[in-house]
Amino acid sequence: MSDAQSAHNDFSRPKTRSLVSPLNRRRLANFRSNKRGFWSLWIFLFLFVISLFAEFIANDKPLLVQFRGDVYMPIFESYPETVFGGDFETETEYRDLYVQELIEANGWIVWPLIPYSYDTINYDLPVPAPAPPSSENWLGTDDQARDVVARLLYGFRLSVLFGLILAIVSSILGVIAGAVQGYAGGVTDLIFQRFIEVWSGLPTLFLLIILASIVEPSFILLLGLMLLFSWTALVGVVRAEFLRARNFDYVRAARALGVSNISIMYRHLLPNAMVATLTFLPFILNGSVTTLTALDFLGFGLPPGSPSLGELLSQGKANLQAPWLGFSGFAVLAVMLSLLIFIGEAVRDAFDPRKTLQ
Amino acid sequence: MADVETTSPANNASQVNTKAPSPLLKVEALKTHFPVRKEFSSRSTSFVYAVDGVSFSIQKGETLGLVGESGCGKSTVGKTILRLVEPTAGRVRFEGTDITALSRREMRPFRQMMQIIFQDPYSSLNPRMSVGNIVGQPLIIHKIASGQELEHRVGALFERVGLRAEQMRSYPHEFSGGQRQRIGIARALALNTKLIIGDEPVSALDVSIQAQVINLLMDLQEERDLSYLFISHDLAVVEHISHRVAVMYLGKLVELADKREIYINPLHPYTEALLSAVPTPDPTVRGKKRILLEGDVPSPINPPSGCRFHTRCPLAESQCRIEEPVWREATPGHWVACHLR
Repeated sequence: MSDAQSAHNDFSRPKTRSLVSPLNRRRLANFRSNKRGFWSLWIFLFLFVISLFAEFIANDKPLLVQFRGDVYMPIFESYPETVFGGDFETETEYRDLYVQELIEANGWIVWPLIPYSYDTINYDLPVPAPAPPSSENWLGTDDQARDVVARLLYGFRLSVLFGLILAIVSSILGVIAGAVQGYAGGVTDLIFQRFIEVWSGLPTLFLLIILASIVEPSFILLLGLMLLFSWTALVGVVRAEFLRARNFDYVRAARALGVSNISIMYRHLLPNAMVATLTFLPFILNGSVTTLTALDFLGFGLPPGSPSLGELLSQGKANLQAPWLGFSGFAVLAVMLSLLIFIGEAVRDAFDPRKTLQ
Repeated sequence: MADVETTSPANNASQVNTKAPSPLLKVEALKTHFPVRKEFSSRSTSFVYAVDGVSFSIQKGETLGLVGESGCGKSTVGKTILRLVEPTAGRVRFEGTDITALSRREMRPFRQMMQIIFQDPYSSLNPRMSVGNIVGQPLIIHKIASGQELEHRVGALFERVGLRAEQMRSYPHEFSGGQRQRIGIARALALNTKLIIGDEPVSALDVSIQAQVINLLMDLQEERDLSYLFISHDLAVVEHISHRVAVMYLGKLVELADKREIYINPLHPYTEALLSAVPTPDPTVRGKKRILLEGDVPSPINPPSGCRFHTRCPLAESQCRIEEPVWREATPGHWVACHLR
């Protein structure tokens, strides 16, 4: 790879022109001109960034506490109750009314917008859980008296992060596998291709359910399990690109120059395959989110207690008398998946050579 | 060349041609066959006999024109010499060393000395790389130059092939066909090239541009003592650039001679037919007799027995159908494979 990296000298960056190549500039313009996709991207990014800061928006700990002239930030550090004049050495329960009175006697508290975290149980519900929407819990609570808004916020973040990691890692693996297969061709290609056909013929969801019932799934483990089946998504396209491009004259010229195979793959062939990869990425992300939700819905997904959209949906199914559970879960999923599809369509159209080369 | 000798010192001693001058490139009985499977189930594979026993040599500073109709294996010869395609049998000796037996690593020093220029100037340049990067790539790969010196050398190459040095930041799509072919030539010249294989390097260009590119190639040859294997089907171009001309038919050479000799005194009936097909830009000789060959080139999967040309040869006799003609030196320096001449 050293060849490949050192070969990217300053020729690749025109000094007199902008950093982006003309082709990419046209693609960017194409993407922008697709209003729906462009706005979807901004809305999605806005929601995602917001959810990244979920701890500052929905938390059962105050943002700031001022007590006897000292300022405390409970989100970053845990303080024992004794600091505020309480009785216990354990971490302060800020939601406890007794503690709140202790602090407010000698200072003040700034609460986040939603004073519940995803696992905070609201013990002061006037009605049995699940409680309907109220000024306290904007979208009500689930059947364990946890705030739905907080769970949606954290659940959105978890789903997107999970999907993003899965999509990126499986793209990398898929590109490598497809590249090797397409470049080598012949027997390697044949064997690999048959293996992938068999592998992708396996009933993924059932296998995941079986595997998840054998081992207790954690975030990482679930990611690994789903990776086992999702890496094949890109192999076909990348392989086809490499098979096509390896006989181009400029690849022949590079071989005649004695360029190493890895370097040829990296410099001459991979850029061709990147279009396919980028185009597929939003759709793979979408698929990953859906699979995770499906597993959670069935109860074979993330460990119990995790903020998960699928779990909320299954609660909605179990509590039809509490429609706010099902509706809010559905709305968030529908918005997220639609936004991703709109972005994916815009990316796909932007990279379409029939449009960019006009 | 020190590293070349160390790779195979034992071979070298016996291989070096004692006759002076020893050729830069010597191709001996080269064969390249491609397997083709007829049906999915059938186990027997047949072969395309793309190159089937070709021998020639190229001296330093010489241009050998290789002509023949489409599908006769001209390009495969060029690609096999560079080992872009692996030969089935035979040898390719470059400065006395048999390069067909070398590993990838051992091949590297030779890669610096043999280059190729392709027919299609549109597909031979990576559209995603700036042309400066394309031309500079060989220098980087072989760790010859970097940084300021690299830029300097690439600039010099650009000016040598008739482009401006500032153009090195542009991308291939910003150039015309002729300019692209000049970039391809600059890439081929970037290393200390001794042999350039031109795989129909001008046939995709306009006639006026063809002349410019050919003159550039000839100037460069004089300047750097380059050798060319010039593959083409355009006899007029080959006549202009070549010192010697080889004629190929269905995977085999049928005639090889000095340029003047072959154009004035062709021995093989196929060569005669080819030459008679060259249009003459002189209206007074319009009545010239033309030899029209009948039928198509036979399939290289199942070539005819005996002389491969007998199915279309106007002079064929019974002997031609049975016995394969030997490749012999009819007059000094004039090789031919025909029973009748």
